[in-house]
Amino acid sequence: MRLEDVARSIDGEIVVGQEQLDLIVDRAFAADLLSDVLALTEERTALITGMTNPQVMRVAEILNIIAVVFVRGKTPPSALIEYAERLGIPIVTTKKTMFETCGLMFAEGVRACRSKAVSDIGAPA
Amino acid sequence: MTVSDVVDRLGLTVLTGSVGVEGAVSGGIVGDLLSYVLGTGAPDQIWITVQHHANVVAVAKVVGLAAVLLADGRTPDEAVLARAKSDGVVLLQSDETAFELSGRLHRLLTE
Amino acid sequence: MIYEVRAGDIEHGGSASARIKADLIQAGICPSVARRAGIVSFEGEMNLIVYSSDGGTIAVEVGPRAVVIRVEDCGPGIEDIDLAMTPGYSTAPDWATDLGFGAGMGLVNMQKNSDRFEIESHVGLGTRIACWIQRRKDTDRSSQKESE
Repeated sequence: MRLEDVARSIDGEIVVGQEQLDLIVDRAFAADLLSDVLALTEERTALITGMTNPQVMRVAEILNIIAVVFVRGKTPPSALIEYAERLGIPIVTTKKTMFETCGLMFAEGVRACRSKAVSDIGAPA
Repeated sequence: MTVSDVVDRLGLTVLTGSVGVEGAVSGGIVGDLLSYVLGTGAPDQIWITVQHHANVVAVAKVVGLAAVLLADGRTPDEAVLARAKSDGVVLLQSDETAFELSGRLHRLLTE
Repeated sequence: MIYEVRAGDIEHGGSASARIKADLIQAGICPSVARRAGIVSFEGEMNLIVYSSDGGTIAVEVGPRAVVIRVEDCGPGIEDIDLAMTPGYSTAPDWATDLGFGAGMGLVNMQKNSDRFEIESHVGLGTRIACWIQRRKDTDRSSQKESE
């Protein structure tokens, strides 16, 4: 779905990325723990999270995350917004819960991005 | 809708035996921050998370959740399982991600 | 390139790694290798911030066949490395877990994203981690080495 439609479906506001309304979001990952986000295997994913600390955007940059959705009515600090603007990574905020946000985006066809299973990890060298 | 119905419809694994699986399910909550679930969770919700340590069981009990659903194939250790069983907390498991499980549970609950 | 990380500096957590990834891309490293390097370095950086007594360094070396990332500190050292490498095992303090860190996947993620991973640690002396990420040369006709 398009970024603009993501925001509409979750009663959200596009805080960063007004010029990227046509950005296609077709995969998403929902997490509060950054280590789990770092385990993402695929790129071109949107991140749905309730954590608004600055590390979130640094992780988004490292992982080439295409958009960040902040749920639970969390307002990211202005420094984070400026950083996202510099990176060109759209931010959508919504008052809805993570559960409802995932539910609504899933209903519109967004699918899961996988993280690599822990069992895939071999024993340390 | 009971926990057992959700288990069947979503293809989940029950880790804690049959106790509590006939409990009612009224909603879902997703997140990995215990303080959030403690503050916002409501009875009879299924909590979808990747956290699987003992405090998860304590939170589930205090809030009166219908079950805790561990995403991404997370497996609690024996001590946590034992604690869940003795506290009457239902632990479920799936290899799917929290996003997918939330999506499907939300769809199920709004059918 | 050497990047310094200060203990407890959670506010800047990840900024060295974001710079490392950007610097590698600018140096012509392919995006997927730079991404893995960014992940390895991020986990290393967060470990320095959360656990080291006095901060540490991340050294990034671009060799002909691999990008090498070395994370080093002078303390406190890891008592049981096997335990530390167990997914989900964490000794993170409350201030870290409150921010969503300390899930116990850091060293595991570093290993998973490296083609070769070495860790050495002594209590009271410090920890040294080295990660090799093989470069991909798409124009290279010879087949890529299998990941270890």
